Amino acid sequence: MSIKGKAYIAGVYEHPTRKAPDKTVAQLHAEVARGALKDAGLTKDDVDGYFCAGDAPGLGGFSMAEYMGLKLRHIDTTETGGSAYLVHVSHAAQAIATGKCSVALVTLAGRPRSERAGGLLSINFGPAPDAPFELPFAPVTANRYGVSAMRHMYQYRTTSEQLAWVKVAASHHAQYNPNAVLQDVVTVEDVVNSPMISDPLHRLDCCVVSDGGGAVIVVGPEVMKSLKKPRVKIMGAGEFPKHLNGGKMDLTVSGAAWSGPTAFTEAGVKPSDIKYASIYDSFTITVLITLEDLGFCKKGEGGKFVADGNLISGIGKLPFNTDGGGLCNNHPADRGGMTKIIEAVRQLRGEAHPKVQVKNCDLALAHGTGGSLGTRHGSATLIMERE
Amino acid sequence: MATPAQDRKIAAPAVTPDTQAFWEAAKQGTLLLKKCPKCKELHYYPRPHCPFCFHDQTEWVEARGTGVIYTFSVTRRAEIPYAFAYVTLDEGVTMMTNIVDCDLDAIRIGQKVKVVFKPTIDGPPVPMFAPL
Ligand SMILES: [Zn+2]
Repeated sequence: MSIKGKAYIAGVYEHPTRKAPDKTVAQLHAEVARGALKDAGLTKDDVDGYFCAGDAPGLGGFSMAEYMGLKLRHIDTTETGGSAYLVHVSHAAQAIATGKCSVALVTLAGRPRSERAGGLLSINFGPAPDAPFELPFAPVTANRYGVSAMRHMYQYRTTSEQLAWVKVAASHHAQYNPNAVLQDVVTVEDVVNSPMISDPLHRLDCCVVSDGGGAVIVVGPEVMKSLKKPRVKIMGAGEFPKHLNGGKMDLTVSGAAWSGPTAFTEAGVKPSDIKYASIYDSFTITVLITLEDLGFCKKGEGGKFVADGNLISGIGKLPFNTDGGGLCNNHPADRGGMTKIIEAVRQLRGEAHPKVQVKNCDLALAHGTGGSLGTRHGSATLIMERE
Repeated sequence: MATPAQDRKIAAPAVTPDTQAFWEAAKQGTLLLKKCPKCKELHYYPRPHCPFCFHDQTEWVEARGTGVIYTFSVTRRAEIPYAFAYVTLDEGVTMMTNIVDCDLDAIRIGQKVKVVFKPTIDGPPVPMFAPL
């Protein structure tokens, strides 16, 4: 049993807003749902499966289903942080393949830019059993990634300049995206000279904080045949929750080392076949470690791989995040997984900006990392093909 | 240039029945770990169930309180800069902590450290580490 070829991404929509002080989160969810349905050529009444995560207001998906007036026979609120939406697409394909629904809607929205007045994001661990043994030490998003970056530098001699190249490549792409939060091309020097947030991550090693959202529509082959959009077929998927393993862990490795091979095996392809990759980029280090773990280069050689513009479309071997990614374009609700899927679909449809569109882009990968590399996170890999 | 570590206000950890012994020992300056009598593995943070073999009668053992810095990140964009870190204890388990009582700019991975307990607001002290 496999999801290969069992489902298609029929509609995508990225909200153009990056700051939404006058809208509610529920309203943004509805707006992106409308956008993706319109893109697919479907209506709300076609939706019989709904997928959302912790950014959706209310208990599970019920409040949002009621708010949007959805009539559902399948619901899935798997929460894996920013990677949840990639997991949702995979789970939607499973639900479609087993007949549990025929048109699946996945939504994401949030307003961290309007709601958070600067400062570092400290996650509320709630009543988690790890909280008493972690909160006293003041974990924030930046240091929970900083510790992975530091260890990677120690073990593999990765440099700040190499990490900076990830941001440089993203900025090259973002200059063509009129909605991007940061549209100026930056240099390696700009990145390493920007203020240190938490060693070794500088301000420009971090993603943007933005309001907004996005949505995806997943359908089966029969529904897809009735639609006019280019056919983006789901080929394979993998998910992996990685944690601290009782204090016996390697923080230079992400869950991509497991979710990646699962997805590649299901799709029957290998990393060198991939024409375009959307890689979760909460920080520059997230991209570097993920590329290694997915097998685009050997473990420890990520620094060399990302350097010298190798991730820039038209220049490097592996064009990535051609919308500018979370590093420059958009990181709505502090969750970058949705926009990773959307740009991969644009690339496969040939709808990316002409300056960054990859030629003959028939096979793409999208990867999410929700949570943090330095503690626990959910990795999700999705491989899609232009049919 | 140096960035001397300064004490910051630390919120009290939530003490639960299954971890009460850990926090009582902390008040005496002792770092406890959990060991599984069945598979002999140590783990951290402490749990009644072994996360390796799922045996449900793990036992408290005293750690020597020394180890090496596995990794760290000095968080500079904060009211008081601090060193968020993981220390690998001599016993082989790695724990989240802060590196304290030193120049934050001189911290290095692999450095030998020893446990020091730092007070919290109205709660038990928490295990942090200072360079030897
Ligand atoms: Zn055991």
